[in-house]
Amino acid sequence: MAVTYRAAVIDKVGLDALIRALAARGRTVIGPTVRDGAIVLAEVTGGADLPYGWGVAHEAGRYRLAPRRDGAAFAHSAGPQSWKSFLHPQRERQWSADRDADGSVVFSAESGPSPSYAFLGVRPCDLRAIAVQDRVLSGGRYPDPAYRRRRERAFVVAAECTEPGATCFCVSMDSGPAAGPGYDLALTEVIDSAGHRFLVRAGTEEGESLLGEVPSRPADTATQDAAHASVAAAADRMGRTMPQVDLQVLMRETLTAARWEDVASRCLTCGNCTMVCPTCFCTTAEDVTDLTGDHTERWRRWESCFDLEFTHLPGGPVRATGLSRYRQWATHKLGTWYDQFGSSGCVGCGRCIVWCPVGIDITEEAHALARERDGGVAAGSAPEAP
Amino acid sequence: MPGPEPAGTTGPATGTTGQAAATDRRPTLAVWKFASCDGCQLTLLDCEDELPALAGAVRISYFLEASSDTGAGPYDLSLVEGSVTTQQDVERIAHIRGVSRRLVTIGACATAGGVQALRNFTDVTDYLSVVYARPDYIATLAHSTPISAHVPVDLELRGCPIDRGQLIEVITAYLAGRTPDVPRHSVCFECKRRGTVCVTVAHGTPCLGPVTHAGCGALCPAYGRGCYGCFGPSYSTNFPAFVPLLRRDGMDTLDVVRILRTFNAAAPEFAAASRAEEGR
Repeated sequence: MAVTYRAAVIDKVGLDALIRALAARGRTVIGPTVRDGAIVLAEVTGGADLPYGWGVAHEAGRYRLAPRRDGAAFAHSAGPQSWKSFLHPQRERQWSADRDADGSVVFSAESGPSPSYAFLGVRPCDLRAIAVQDRVLSGGRYPDPAYRRRRERAFVVAAECTEPGATCFCVSMDSGPAAGPGYDLALTEVIDSAGHRFLVRAGTEEGESLLGEVPSRPADTATQDAAHASVAAAADRMGRTMPQVDLQVLMRETLTAARWEDVASRCLTCGNCTMVCPTCFCTTAEDVTDLTGDHTERWRRWESCFDLEFTHLPGGPVRATGLSRYRQWATHKLGTWYDQFGSSGCVGCGRCIVWCPVGIDITEEAHALARERDGGVAAGSAPEAP
Repeated sequence: MPGPEPAGTTGPATGTTGQAAATDRRPTLAVWKFASCDGCQLTLLDCEDELPALAGAVRISYFLEASSDTGAGPYDLSLVEGSVTTQQDVERIAHIRGVSRRLVTIGACATAGGVQALRNFTDVTDYLSVVYARPDYIATLAHSTPISAHVPVDLELRGCPIDRGQLIEVITAYLAGRTPDVPRHSVCFECKRRGTVCVTVAHGTPCLGPVTHAGCGALCPAYGRGCYGCFGPSYSTNFPAFVPLLRRDGMDTLDVVRILRTFNAAAPEFAAASRAEEGR
C-alpha cells in the first residue's frame, strides 16, 4: 500500500532550519555553495552557505557563474562535482596488513565509522544517477560494503529542476526535471509575487519527521500549482536532446562509424568526462608499502577508461587509440550499460559536455552517429539545433 | 660542470661505508648528478619524516649532496639527476649504468633534457658568445639530451622538481619488489580527484593540464593557476586538438611556443607541438 506523506511550504528561514535540524541529528550536510568561481558541493552549516542569487551560464567546454536577480538558491546545474564524490570517494583504503615480529601477517579490514550525510539540493538527474550507482556498487553478488553503509545512512533532499542549463538533456534520458523516487524530502523552489518559498514533499517517514521540526505551513494550491508549472516549463527548456532512437541499438550498430574518427581527432583523452560523470564508477587498486616493509595498505582510487594504463595487459593496452577509448566510454554509457546493469548509464546531466575542455558533446555525437547510420549527412556536420 | 668519477668502482673500497658493507645487507643507493640545478636530489633530503626509515632500509652509498663519504659500487639503485650536455657526461653515464643494477632518472632534466635543452632549438654557439666572456673555454655538446638517449633506463620520474611522494614510492616499491605506482595519465585526473574547479572551463585560464603527465597532485590549478607542464607530456596527448584551446584563452603563437618550451622543451611531444606552432 502506497503511503502518502505530507507536503508543506517553507521559506528561507525554514530551509535554514532544515539544514540545522539535519546537522542536529548528527548528519554532515552537503549542499551547493559558491567557491572558486563555481557552485560546488561542500559542507553547509546554514542557509547562508547556499548560492542564493547565483546561476550558471554554461555551454560545451565553458562554465561561468551568473548572478540572478530572483535570488534563487537552486537555479543552477552541471556543477564540477556530483554526489559520487561523497558516496564513492575518489580514494579509499580497503584494508591494511602488518607483519609481526614472528613473521606472521595480520590483515585488518577497513572498518572506520561511516559518515552520515544529508545531501541537500540533489537534482532529479543526480537522484537517478545515485540509483544507477546503487545498482553498480551495492547490487549484484559483490556489493561494496563501504558504499552501501554510506548510502543507507544518507538522507536525500532533492531539489526539482526549474532552471535547466544549455547542456541539459534529462528529458531525453527520462530522468527529470521532476524528482523521481529515492528522496527523503523533495523541494521545489518557487519565486513569484507571493514570495520566495519552497514546496516540500516528504518521501519517507524520516523526511516527514524532519519536516515536522522546521517552521512550515500547509501546502497551498497556489504554491503547488506554481511549483508544478515551473517544473513543467523546465522540461520544455532543455538545452540539448538525444536523438529519438533506441540508443542501445544505435551504439551497437555504429561501432565502425566514421564519426568515431572525427570525435577522436578532437578528444584530448584527458579523462575529465569520466571524472565528472555522476555514474562513472571505475576504480583501480593501489598497493602502498612503507620503507620498513612491515606495513602495507590496499587503496582504491577513481580510474578512467580514458587512461591508457586502464587496460594495460602484458601485451600492452587493449584500447590503445583515443578512438577506442572514447568509443568504449560512449557505447558503455549509452549502450552496453543496459546489458550490464539494466538501465542507461547516462542521466542527461550534461556535466561531460560542460567540463570537457574542448567541449565534446555526447548528444551531438549521438545525433551524428544516428545520421551516419541512417544514411543521412556525412560525419562531422553540425547537429540539429537542440 | 663535470662531476667526479664514481668513487671506488675500480679500486678498493674507500671510507667507512665501504668497510661496513661486508656485513650490511641493506641495498645500496647512489645519487648522481648531471646538468641540473640539484633540486631533484634535494627532494630526497626533503623527505625529512621518512629519512630515518630510509636510512634503515637502504645504505646511502654515494650521494655527494649529503655526504663526501662515498662507498664503492656496484650500486643496487641509482638515482640520476640532470641531462647529458658534455662528452664527459656521455662517458660517465655509460660507466654509471655499468655499476648500477637499477637506474632511475629523476626530474625533467634527466628525462627530457631540462630547460637547458632550449639549446636544441637553436645553435648553442650563439648562446656561448652571449653568456660567457671566453666562449672558447667552453666544451659542450650541441644538444642537451635525456639519460635515456644514452643508456637503458629502468624508470623515469617526471617533474621539475620531482614529487617527494613519488620518490618515496619508487624506493619503497623497489624494496618490496613491486612495480611502483606512477600514473602516466593527465593532470586533469588529479584536479578532479582533489575537487579543484577546472581553471580552463570555469575561468578561461590557459592550462597545460590536459596534456601533462600527472604526479604533482595538480598543484598549480589548486591555487587558481594553469598547469605549466613541469611533468612533461602525459602518456596520451592530442596537441592538434589542444593548442586551439590555448589560443581561445588568449595565447598567441609566441605564448604557446614559450609555455611548451620550459623544463620539458625537448620532450618529443612538447617539441613537436612547439615546432608546429613556430611553423604556422
